[in-house]
Amino acid sequence: MIGVLVGFARTLRAVGVPVTTDRLQSMVGALDQLDVTRAEDVYWAGRLTLCAGPDDLRRYDRAFAAYFHGDRPTAPLVPVKAVAAGLARPPADGGGDGEPHTAAVLSASDREVLRQHDVSRLTRAERDEVNRLLARLDPVGPPRRSRRFAPARRGRIDAGRTLRQLLRGGGEPARLLRRAHRSRPRRLVLLIDVSGSMTPYADALLRFAHVACRRRTGTEVFTIGTRLTRISPALGSRDADLALAAAAKVVPDWSGGTRLGELMRAFLDRWGQRGMARGAVVVVASDGWERGDPRVLAEQMARLRRLAHRVVWVNPHRGKAGFAPLTAGMAAALPHVDDFVAGHSLAAYEELAAVLSEQPSRRSTLRV
Amino acid sequence: MADRKVDSPAALAERLDATGYLADTGLATGAFLAVRMGRPLFLEGEAGVGKTSLAQALATLLDVPLIRLQCYEGIEASQALYDWDFPRQLLHLRAAEAAGRHDAERLEAELYDRRFLIARPLLHAIETGDAVLLVDEVDRADDEFEAFLLEALSEFTISIPELGTIRADVPPVVVVTSNRTREVHDALKRRCLYHWLDHPTYEREVAIIRRRLPEASERLATGVAAAVRRLRGQDLLKPPGVAESLDWARALLELGARDFDPGLAAASLGAVLKYHEDAERVRAAGL
Repeated sequence: MIGVLVGFARTLRAVGVPVTTDRLQSMVGALDQLDVTRAEDVYWAGRLTLCAGPDDLRRYDRAFAAYFHGDRPTAPLVPVKAVAAGLARPPADGGGDGEPHTAAVLSASDREVLRQHDVSRLTRAERDEVNRLLARLDPVGPPRRSRRFAPARRGRIDAGRTLRQLLRGGGEPARLLRRAHRSRPRRLVLLIDVSGSMTPYADALLRFAHVACRRRTGTEVFTIGTRLTRISPALGSRDADLALAAAAKVVPDWSGGTRLGELMRAFLDRWGQRGMARGAVVVVASDGWERGDPRVLAEQMARLRRLAHRVVWVNPHRGKAGFAPLTAGMAAALPHVDDFVAGHSLAAYEELAAVLSEQPSRRSTLRV
Repeated sequence: MADRKVDSPAALAERLDATGYLADTGLATGAFLAVRMGRPLFLEGEAGVGKTSLAQALATLLDVPLIRLQCYEGIEASQALYDWDFPRQLLHLRAAEAAGRHDAERLEAELYDRRFLIARPLLHAIETGDAVLLVDEVDRADDEFEAFLLEALSEFTISIPELGTIRADVPPVVVVTSNRTREVHDALKRRCLYHWLDHPTYEREVAIIRRRLPEASERLATGVAAAVRRLRGQDLLKPPGVAESLDWARALLELGARDFDPGLAAASLGAVLKYHEDAERVRAAGL
């Protein structure tokens, strides 16, 4: 039986469910309690122990069917496999899977992928400069009151510390020690447009996102284009180049079109409304080129603003002479934005960092 | 303890059914394994699909207390594990002083005694053992808390520096729920059995409404289930869960509806839709 399960685990890994040995052991343990001869029991024993999220379930179902019922896995398995394992190999049965360009992008080496969207072509010195400036991003941004306490000079009486102090003094009345709520920086959420028109700025924006991730734990980064992709886990690496290469691997839609409104809705439905955007500082980096209906974008931006503490829109074109927010998407979004900043130069990023860490005096002041 | 002897997922489903909770095969298997393997059951899914009620139903059928730990941002050990009862310690210190006792070392030993310890949900569950521990909405707590939860849930022991280690004789049945506001760390999930709880099928939803609200007619139950099903397909900000279906059916009953009356349903839309935009959209499109 173990041999069968190990083979199943291999099939699962191939479709992108990261099955570890301890998880496999759990499955064996679960089967021990169930009836191994019943397909249904085997199915649930595996699903309950080997999967870790809703994304895994679909893959699990497919792998289960393929392995135990002999169904041939359908075509879209291949890109998933490539993305998950980071394989630089073209799909075995290429074509007809609807995502040929994904596979093409992935098959190129990491460097190449990076180079493809790094069209702003910073020189080495410039890039160092960017990094140095990005490092100035203030991690203690707009604070919010935490529920946790820390020792303080004034505030509520800290009974625990006072008692311990009393005890040290043999019960002699001592000074009352106090505690107050700590303050923590707000969560930062970045939504970065990686569509064709934003290509020259995507690299710099992602570097900015990487520094933000390094500086503030809990920072979340998404790319928007034709799809919404969460890249914060990929940006976990300390080294910026490695982190960006990892991010490049998971994003399937470099340089495509933009469906800002729809993806904003996808973000809010899946993540934002449930908690990620609540009380957070949300940064949208896009030029506002919207392929879809701008009314959808306006609706979703209004929704975002009701959830977020602050909405900052970064438009690389804003810094250019003669700029007017004329793209339909930009015009639709602007009424629902707290800060509107540029994102085309080093100075612009410096300003963005300053905007992110400052406490807004009034919510409604829009800086255009 | 005798109650923990459930033979199969089907038997457990039957007993859950008897408490008024209708579970499908997957959920019953998950709950069965959680009870038998002593592993936490990690339930993820939309709000209102019955994650919390499962823990309640399990506690009822096992005839053990339900101990609930509601997570929130900034929750810390003193709210989840234990806390020292400082006012009582202080009182004890004062009393000892009044009696003229000054041997500091013995006093200190006395102060950190079990009777001055306030058991919060986790410690309470570990001490009780025979209980269902519900760790509700773990995604709301921050990740530092998760690490600490992992420690408590993997060994079912809690070490208190001043007192020593407290171990569970019988590990409690643990149900962890998450609404997926953020990704819970993999290390915690690995300790658990993972189950994604979906909206029930139409037939099951009808059955759930009829089971929970016996006074509701078949026509009312099918009407509500069908309407809720349509609402879920309508791309709303917050698609209604089973909890909302039940609320709606209950509201309609209160309004004296015998079957699914469109007028009354529209009037009581607030029981299912909690966003103004959603209500507008549904009113415009027709129920």
